[in-house]
Amino acid sequence: MLMSVGSLAVMGLTLGSVLGVASRYLAVEADPIEAELQAMLPGSQCGQCGYVGCAQAAAALAKGEAAVTLCPPGGKATAEALAARLGVKVDLSKVSDKGPEIAEVTEEICIGCCRCMKVCPTDAIVGAAKQIHNVIREACTGCSSCVEVCPTEALGMMPIAVTLQHWTWPKPASAHH
Amino acid sequence: MKEFALMMIGAALVNNVILARFLGLCSFMGVTTRVDTAAGMGLATTFVITVSSMADWAVQTYLLNAYGLGFLRTVTFILVIASAVQFTEMTIKKVSPSLFQMLGIYLPLITTNCAVLGVALLLVEGRMGFLASTMFAFASSVGYSLVMIIFAGLRERLVLANVPRLFAGPPIAFIVAGMLAMAFMGFSGIATS
Repeated sequence: MLMSVGSLAVMGLTLGSVLGVASRYLAVEADPIEAELQAMLPGSQCGQCGYVGCAQAAAALAKGEAAVTLCPPGGKATAEALAARLGVKVDLSKVSDKGPEIAEVTEEICIGCCRCMKVCPTDAIVGAAKQIHNVIREACTGCSSCVEVCPTEALGMMPIAVTLQHWTWPKPASAHH
Repeated sequence: MKEFALMMIGAALVNNVILARFLGLCSFMGVTTRVDTAAGMGLATTFVITVSSMADWAVQTYLLNAYGLGFLRTVTFILVIASAVQFTEMTIKKVSPSLFQMLGIYLPLITTNCAVLGVALLLVEGRMGFLASTMFAFASSVGYSLVMIIFAGLRERLVLANVPRLFAGPPIAFIVAGMLAMAFMGFSGIATS
């Protein structure tokens, strides 16, 4: 009993310390900014910036290879946040910010082909073959990948309508602009 | 010397880990979509199998046999294998980040690759000496890498082939794997180990 517990404990300790020393020598210096930038991006991997996904875009941003205005779905808010974090000045007048948008299905012309469901990075579209699809508003990040694949143009980007449920007073700072 | 050569050929080709013993099928289907990924996986697994078999031999001889702790075999072997895999993972991350990205989840999953534990347990069964067991483990893992690379090459061509729609993808890959296993049965006359 003692022998078996002891031998396992000694083995574990030895192997653990070997790994600990190895991790010291083999440590990879990851850019801590990269993870932080990635958290600021929408994370829907839509690829509109020209990079494969948000991780690659964040890496390019950290190296200074990409402009902070690269993310169309992120809009002004993301560009501002990225610029503040990286300490660069940015001309926000060129960023077209249509306000937050989400995809919407025009139900009269949806043929239920399921193509939009397959490309949605956040699984925000529900439906089945030959059934009208619909968008779950809470899950849509507005990357507009579905708009391109829709064969009948039933999908479009709509500004999020202000409803009684989520209307708020404008903040004093933004009221100035 | 001749015995060693025969044993190594037997371990690599005749009793191939994947195609004759059916071990490590997860990575066999998982990372064989491209030749370079399969070669990387083969290299990583070769390293893990060889190193962990050496360590497992020492543990078996000087700890488990010496103190009658045979019932701890699976746990201790997994402990050794997991450490070897962790070490390999750190090394690959440092040396080749792109290979690290390509292997993805399959790299830490070498821990649960039954080929690794299977080879270690086969060695215990065979009661071989240190040199013989290291050679056996190395030959087994070379056989593993060989089959991985061959199968990846086949799958690269399969992508271009005009496969009936219902068979496209994994189904045809499984059928090809079966044919490859039958082809490897042809080696069974070479060495009788």
